Amino acid sequence: MSDTPSAARLQPGSAATALARVAVLPVDLALRLFDPPMRWLQRAIGVRRMAYVFLLPNFAFFGLFVFLPIGINIVFSVTGGAALFPSERPYVGSNQFAYLFDCGSFLDPASCREDHFWRGVANTAKFVVFQVTAMVLFSLITALVLNMKIRGRGFFRAVFFFPVLLSPVVVALIWKWILQRDGLLNAAITTLGGQKILFFVDPSWAMFWAVFVSVWAHMGFYTLILLAGLQAIPADLYEAAEMDATPRWRVLTRITLPLLWPNMIVVIVLALIKGAQTFDEVFVLTGGGPGTATLMVVQYIYETGFASQVQNFGLAAAASVVLGLVLFILTLLQFAAARRKEI
Amino acid sequence: MRLGILLGQRRGGPGRPLHWTDIAAYAYLALGVVLMFGPVVWLVLSSFKTQSALLEFPPSLLPVAQVEVTVSGQPQKLPLFRTTLPDGTVRELAQVRRIGLLAQMVDPADPSKQFRVAIDKREPVRRVALATENYTEPLQRFAFIRFLFNSVFVTVVATLITLLINSMAAYALAIYAFPGKQAATLAVIGTLMIPMTIILVPVYLVVTELGLSNSLWAVILPGAATPTGVFLLRQYMLTLPKDLIEAARMDKASEWQIYWRIVMPLTLPALAVLSIFSIMWRWNEFLWPLAVLTKTEVYTLQIGLNAFQGELQTQWHYLLAMTVVTLAPVALVFVFLQRFITTGIGSTGMK
Repeated sequence: MSDTPSAARLQPGSAATALARVAVLPVDLALRLFDPPMRWLQRAIGVRRMAYVFLLPNFAFFGLFVFLPIGINIVFSVTGGAALFPSERPYVGSNQFAYLFDCGSFLDPASCREDHFWRGVANTAKFVVFQVTAMVLFSLITALVLNMKIRGRGFFRAVFFFPVLLSPVVVALIWKWILQRDGLLNAAITTLGGQKILFFVDPSWAMFWAVFVSVWAHMGFYTLILLAGLQAIPADLYEAAEMDATPRWRVLTRITLPLLWPNMIVVIVLALIKGAQTFDEVFVLTGGGPGTATLMVVQYIYETGFASQVQNFGLAAAASVVLGLVLFILTLLQFAAARRKEI
Repeated sequence: MRLGILLGQRRGGPGRPLHWTDIAAYAYLALGVVLMFGPVVWLVLSSFKTQSALLEFPPSLLPVAQVEVTVSGQPQKLPLFRTTLPDGTVRELAQVRRIGLLAQMVDPADPSKQFRVAIDKREPVRRVALATENYTEPLQRFAFIRFLFNSVFVTVVATLITLLINSMAAYALAIYAFPGKQAATLAVIGTLMIPMTIILVPVYLVVTELGLSNSLWAVILPGAATPTGVFLLRQYMLTLPKDLIEAARMDKASEWQIYWRIVMPLTLPALAVLSIFSIMWRWNEFLWPLAVLTKTEVYTLQIGLNAFQGELQTQWHYLLAMTVVTLAPVALVFVFLQRFITTGIGSTGMK
């Protein structure tokens, strides 16, 4: 955390010490408050069983807000009606899924009963393909550049990383402001002699910017993973290559990329998992429009379950079970990739 | 010239020739700086522009506004123009009124002198002016302070709960050997795989049944136990020397004391990383609050901002200023704690 010895930082009587004392007060209070009952418990059940006591709060939260909901989700997906409480919902079997999957052709969302869901699936698939490709490409280039012997490396790393911390709403509004009809980009285009483009009225442009903004916001995270991978490549390999006067591109294709491959797989799978759940930035940026051109699966789930006039919890739950299965398969891929990395 | 010096003094030393890839790399980085920083700088600059300045096309770079002056004998402030008079002289005059293509102008220094000028013979006098009212007015006119308070409350309380329960679980998993340890660890991995996106509806049911709907606790509680946090802290606690704990037990310290007095202080670096993560998650959280909060009083900043962008499409001056306010805390955290964040992500592969 710091290489200055703590004694040097906390001189007795200094303001820092006083501040530290005040900060310690509630911590000390918690100790005194919790210690007697915990001591009593320890005497009652023994030292080893105290592990369960320490696990309890966290697992109570997990149970209530993760494990129980998974069960309820499945119950929701096989029951119908508008009621929220499961016992008031009639059993409908696989009807919700049959409704979701009632399609003339799976390649044509318009032929489906629930066409919004399939538009969401089609858009998300398209989005993921473009986004993951662009993400891997640009984070790889950025990581390679940042791994070179350049000045101000820390600064440049921060420049590419900081959007990761911005909230999706802020990211979307920043770009919405630039891309709007009389925005900065259109000003640049008209100055260069072009015509104003209504980016959010044209379906292809809307999708392009959805992908662009998403890559802009999250690229830094993947760059960081790849950079860590690059820095783990032993330096003597490069020294040996330099001794042999190996050309740079050969070093790249024969040493760097093969050794970076495990990290690349992690990045690809992680980007796939996150991409399939895309919602926030795109929702604020385009609202899913124009029409349904950038409507994603998660937006469909949210709108079906919460934002529509008739809240259809069953259908939303069924759609999220489908999404959950896809994510589960992707996660298994991730674990497989991680295992290969260890070997 | 300065760029040349910069390029010449690479770490490789002066002896190495400049390869074309070096130049390409610097070009890429320069482009990156413009593309990554530019939009945020543009947002901040725009947020200080007046409503009328925002409607200009093409937009000016800096927040400028037309200068207005008080002229004696005139009830209102008058806009100032640089006017070319018929005799060819250029003077700064204030406009009293405009009638069709003619403007009635007055000399601010000598209000008795009036001029009639064609409107294409004058140009607004503009100076850099920060429209700080973009920031102060929403605070009074909208429930913005309320949203800010809600966001701070959610972030602080949720982070404290997360730190406490995650560290307790991590302590149990790192220090003790007990039946079911394997299963508990697997369960943590399991929850890592279940994002909020796919259990939205049932969590909503649970929260409603607990009577928490439309309260800030509905946002705080469901995400309080993070599998990421348990993992991060457990990995760190595993590196602590076991003898320390044994020695404390010899001295009749209770398990709670060992956790609170010995293990927690030693885990501070990992706790710091987790609190930064948690602050980031909570401050930026969007989908879940959007689904569960329907009353304006309990909106967080992100939800409030999203609602505003629907309602205030024509009022970008407020929207931009509020976006800057929402962005500011995260920017500050980043500037001061960048190293923590990047090493945290680098060592866990999570965010």
